Amino acid sequence: MTDGFDLGIIVRSVPFLWDGLQLTFLLTAIAVAGGLVGGTLLALCRLSSFAPLSFAAGAYVNFFRSMPLILVIFWFYFLVPLVVGRPVGGFYSVLIAFTMFEAAYYCEIVRAGIQSVRKGQIYAGQALGLTYRQNMLYVVLPQALRNMVPILLTQGIILFQDTSLVYVVGLHDFLVSADIVANRDNRLIEMYATVAAVYFVLCLLGSLGVRKLQRKYAL
Amino acid sequence: MQYNWNWAVLITEPYLGWIASGFGWTVAVSCAAWIIAFFLGSAIGVMRTTEIRALRIAGAVYVETFRNIPLLVQMFLWYFVLPEILPKSAGDWLKRDMPLPEYWTAVVCLGTYTAARVAEQVRAGINTIGRGQHFAALAIGLTPIQAYRNVLLPIGYRIIVPPLTSDFLGVFKNSSLALTIGVLELTAQTRQIGEYTFQGFESFTAATLIYLAVTFTVMAFMRRIETRTAIPGMISLGAK
Repeated sequence: MTDGFDLGIIVRSVPFLWDGLQLTFLLTAIAVAGGLVGGTLLALCRLSSFAPLSFAAGAYVNFFRSMPLILVIFWFYFLVPLVVGRPVGGFYSVLIAFTMFEAAYYCEIVRAGIQSVRKGQIYAGQALGLTYRQNMLYVVLPQALRNMVPILLTQGIILFQDTSLVYVVGLHDFLVSADIVANRDNRLIEMYATVAAVYFVLCLLGSLGVRKLQRKYAL
Repeated sequence: MQYNWNWAVLITEPYLGWIASGFGWTVAVSCAAWIIAFFLGSAIGVMRTTEIRALRIAGAVYVETFRNIPLLVQMFLWYFVLPEILPKSAGDWLKRDMPLPEYWTAVVCLGTYTAARVAEQVRAGINTIGRGQHFAALAIGLTPIQAYRNVLLPIGYRIIVPPLTSDFLGVFKNSSLALTIGVLELTAQTRQIGEYTFQGFESFTAATLIYLAVTFTVMAFMRRIETRTAIPGMISLGAK
């Protein structure tokens, strides 16, 4: 089927692939933001002294962490239109799936971050007369966040790779765009090699950046 | 929300059989991939801790390559690209004569991908032991190979039981990606039941419960192993 490696097909499909890559970035950005907010709230619940709340948050986290992401994507792809009562398109279903799934992982990261803040800091905040909210917002979370930055970013890189799983519901992300060209022009080698190279370079740069940051920001 | 419940679909034939066979394939893919991941990962982890620079670099290149390409893309590279870039006879064998091509491709792909993670754990385990033990082993006259086999690896493995458990559960969950190249494992089968019977809720629930049950069983089992193999005075590396 092949007659040499055709660079032309890669060059010609750059605009199409760029559209796909933008969707990949968009999905990653929204899922990171949503997952971080959800994960922080979950972590606060999990660390709460009110037992039912911490139990519920723990159950949520263990539930999502035991499931394959593909199954979660299928679940929401099936459930969301059913709950809303009309077709909503793959994008929103996938977005909800990623956000809820990632929240479970971010919860554990944020929890570890909060627990890494020394107890004395919390007592000092309380001694100053700060409320729980103020203490969390101005004392604990800023320090926790600083400890967590490297691992949060690493999780972001993993998520960036995981967004390729939207393939199973056919959203036009980077991989699916390349897949379309690959099958249309029968250029599997060129397109898959390009996808692998682009992901590799982006993720490697990301993880090297994280390592650099880690050395600079270590408390 | 309008939905016709029919939980009985899960215990009707052929659907019950589909779930059972899907679960069987999930287990078969995960276990075979884990064997590759464990041995290959251990070898690469050891390479990264040796004194020989070339081995360390080779190990690092392996880990960075397999960690920075999405698993799904790796799956496609193994399945679609590899047979085309190999010499013709080998490529033809992969495409035509290899038994269970989808299964073995998924196993090799998952195994080599997870090996990168196992390698990092093994490296961390060996590094945690510290140089003292390594030097002590060499000082009593063990060869480097004996030092790894009798001292560093046995202790290292005992320290990394928790992260290895989560890596195994990772393989188990990631085996669902095999559906993209046509292995009818658990997720694929339950999705198919959903499409055939319009009882997606019931079939996905079945899959979810099975994944949960396996995860919790493995975790409970490994926690016992962890307490039994714990080294007094050493904290095992927490699962990440």
